Amino acid sequence: MNTEWTASLYEPALHFQRVSFGTATTKIIDEVTGSFPKQQITVLVGPSGAGKTTLLKLCNGLLNPTSGEIYLEGKPIKEMAPTDLRRRAGIVLQQTPMIDGSVYDNLALTLRLQGKELSQEEAYDILDQVGLERKYLQSDSDSLSGGQRQKVSIARTLLNKSEILLLDEITSALDPSSLHEVEELIRNLHKVYGITVVWITHNLEQARRMGHYAWIMMDGKVKETGEISVLEHSEKPEVQSFLRGDY
Amino acid sequence: MTTTALLLTLVFVFIPIILSKTLGLQLEKDTIVATVRSTVQLLLVGFVLKFVFDSESYLFIFLMVALMIAAAVQNARKKGQQIRGITWKLAVTFIFLEVLTQGILLGFAIVPATAQYIISLTGMVIGNSMVLAILFLNRFVAEVETHRAESELILSLGGTPKQAIHRQLIRSIQASMIPTIESQKTIGLVQLPGMMSGQIIAGADPLEAVQFQLLVVFLLLTTAALTSVCLGLLSYPTLFNERMQMIQKEPADK
Repeated sequence: MNTEWTASLYEPALHFQRVSFGTATTKIIDEVTGSFPKQQITVLVGPSGAGKTTLLKLCNGLLNPTSGEIYLEGKPIKEMAPTDLRRRAGIVLQQTPMIDGSVYDNLALTLRLQGKELSQEEAYDILDQVGLERKYLQSDSDSLSGGQRQKVSIARTLLNKSEILLLDEITSALDPSSLHEVEELIRNLHKVYGITVVWITHNLEQARRMGHYAWIMMDGKVKETGEISVLEHSEKPEVQSFLRGDY
Repeated sequence: MTTTALLLTLVFVFIPIILSKTLGLQLEKDTIVATVRSTVQLLLVGFVLKFVFDSESYLFIFLMVALMIAAAVQNARKKGQQIRGITWKLAVTFIFLEVLTQGILLGFAIVPATAQYIISLTGMVIGNSMVLAILFLNRFVAEVETHRAESELILSLGGTPKQAIHRQLIRSIQASMIPTIESQKTIGLVQLPGMMSGQIIAGADPLEAVQFQLLVVFLLLTTAALTSVCLGLLSYPTLFNERMQMIQKEPADK
């Protein structure tokens, strides 16, 4: 399948037009063209160093492409205010830090950045949404388990009412039970709120379980995009090799 | 002090040299260099000050102040190489501080507008400001690096650069100001300030010396606060680009 596939059949939430990122000597992202479909879960897979995290940071505006254009709902992101872009396309990184303080302090941070306060009711609502018990609201963020921290990270991003959720390996350090809880949470958020999800994962089984669509990246290039079945059959030898687990 | 008495003070130089030699500290050369440099520098300053004081010319006072500020900038900038345009940021901070403090001192006629007062107080203000600037820059650069992930988190949630760096800025300002505040809490109890001791030795009334020392103590509090705040506010924007991204020192991780 070619990289124009999603753009031609599905309304894109994010679209990349010949996007590159890197230095004069190293290209981390190399001429990427393609789209993440709106209100779908797209899994982004590829070996380490493929440029996946960089691609998400470009979407959230934490980095600028060195060339090419990224569009959010048809509008070039470089024309958007960075703060607006980052609230609309929220990112949760693999090892997102917690700020010093309680779970409430971490949740309130998102609204405080906009000069607003988070009420206790709103805080409880968001904890309910991410499946974290209300009793944790005043707990010290340092005392949380890995799974609980990731739920707080997701909740913190959701408080921006993001329409796109960019997830970077958020379950890689979790035990199987926490992993399934987080998967269930993302599935629900997508189902109930129609959030567009882009999920980087190293776990191909998880990609198959969670994704409607998939992108396969290698060496900064996008090798395949398409429906999730693209993870089962690719004609490209290097992709077949990756899917067999040779990387 | 007689020349013989001055020469006798060299005993205080021989003691560390003999100790260094005996204990194998290998500090003899540095001690001698420090002695020669301090002697030459202070004598030169003494002659220059005598010339400036005798001339009673505001041009020479201005040149002397400019020289002090230039030397302070030159010394402090080495600690902030990572911050773009640190030289002019330091210069702006020191000049602002000098204009404000001298403006208040001379404007309200707290001290007479003579070379003795202007140059001596400038030396104290700029000297302390330079040390404060070095303390601030050391801490700020370390804080920014250590808490980079926290800053990126705030930016990723839609925060502004000022919000992203706020905690690091506050911690650095506090850390640089604490030594000044703490040392002033014990002033007179643990140590007599050099300037006050100098005045007393020179025969001034101790109460008069104390009054003048109080002026310096209060002046240095303002120096501490203004140096850190001014330098902090001038420095943090250069860590970000116009798209509110933290400027990367190295290529981003894949």
